[in-house]
Amino acid sequence: MDAPVTLITGTRIGIGRHLAEHYLRLGHRVVGCSRAPVDWTREGYKHYEADVADEKGVKTMLSEIRRSYGHLDHLINNAGIASMNHSLLTPTSTVSAILATNVVGTFLLSREAAKLMKGKGYGRIVNFSSVAVPLKLAGEAAYVASKSAVVALTQVFAREFAEFGITVNCVGPGPLATNLIRSVPKQTIDRLLAQQAIPRMGTFDDVANAVDFFLRPESGFVTGQTIYLGGV
Amino acid sequence: MEQGQLEAPRLDVPHHEVQQVVELIIDNVNQLKDAQGLKVPAHLDSATTLFGGDGFLDSMALVTLVVAVEQAIEEKFGTNVSLADPGAMSQEHSPYRTIGALANYALQRLRAG
Repeated sequence: MDAPVTLITGTRIGIGRHLAEHYLRLGHRVVGCSRAPVDWTREGYKHYEADVADEKGVKTMLSEIRRSYGHLDHLINNAGIASMNHSLLTPTSTVSAILATNVVGTFLLSREAAKLMKGKGYGRIVNFSSVAVPLKLAGEAAYVASKSAVVALTQVFAREFAEFGITVNCVGPGPLATNLIRSVPKQTIDRLLAQQAIPRMGTFDDVANAVDFFLRPESGFVTGQTIYLGGV
Repeated sequence: MEQGQLEAPRLDVPHHEVQQVVELIIDNVNQLKDAQGLKVPAHLDSATTLFGGDGFLDSMALVTLVVAVEQAIEEKFGTNVSLADPGAMSQEHSPYRTIGALANYALQRLRAG
């Protein structure tokens, strides 16, 4: 059997980079993208500089995947941005940027990936939400709204894509040591962790483990689900 | 959304270009027929209704056809087009209502680059 083809968005740093390296170690052919160039490279990895909210760039990337590999097995919609700010101090440009990357990006990548997966009658899509959604985190209104939308997209896509053999699921990590929370005060993180059943920071491997489960061929009867990590 | 935006305007394009795309769509309808056991009229031309009214495609077959046509256009013309349209499911204004309407719509998108 050919090595699976796995597309991961937002692979320059953080969870995306970790997942890219993880699936390369497992023998996948990994395609990644980010808005800025990556400063790392691995055998079996192909990188595109693409903004997930840019339709033309995304369609070009998926066309090239179709030409190079003929199909796509997995899509991991990891790319995301956040902004910690009280709603009364949040400019609409920030709201638009968050919705563009987190919601439009997830929509666009899923739509184009599903067209490609449909050809083989098999696919796995994993989206990224956040524990900020069930915790209704104050100070993250736009981010929480965008990640709620990702859960909603996951549920509807699951129904629309089921007959193509494609499952769509979602992972909602808690705080991890990534750039996304670099500027968040320690007390805020501690308060957030206290609301988890297991009050510790998540690790990249915790996230990869949940994604692994959704990607397994044996998980074909699991779709439309969101796993929040840490017991939220 | 204004209704005018949903229409696929007829283009002033050479007849042979429209015919090329019409044939490409008919090829894809025939492939769909073979692959999915779709009931298709014996004769297909640009006036054949695809969707809505007495069209022979249900909404899922329409999705499959439109995606196949997008890919076939990319292969034939080397240009990546999106045939997604907000009026897709509208009976009156859908650019997918006949083979000819879909061909015109695809050419319109091709020209827009």
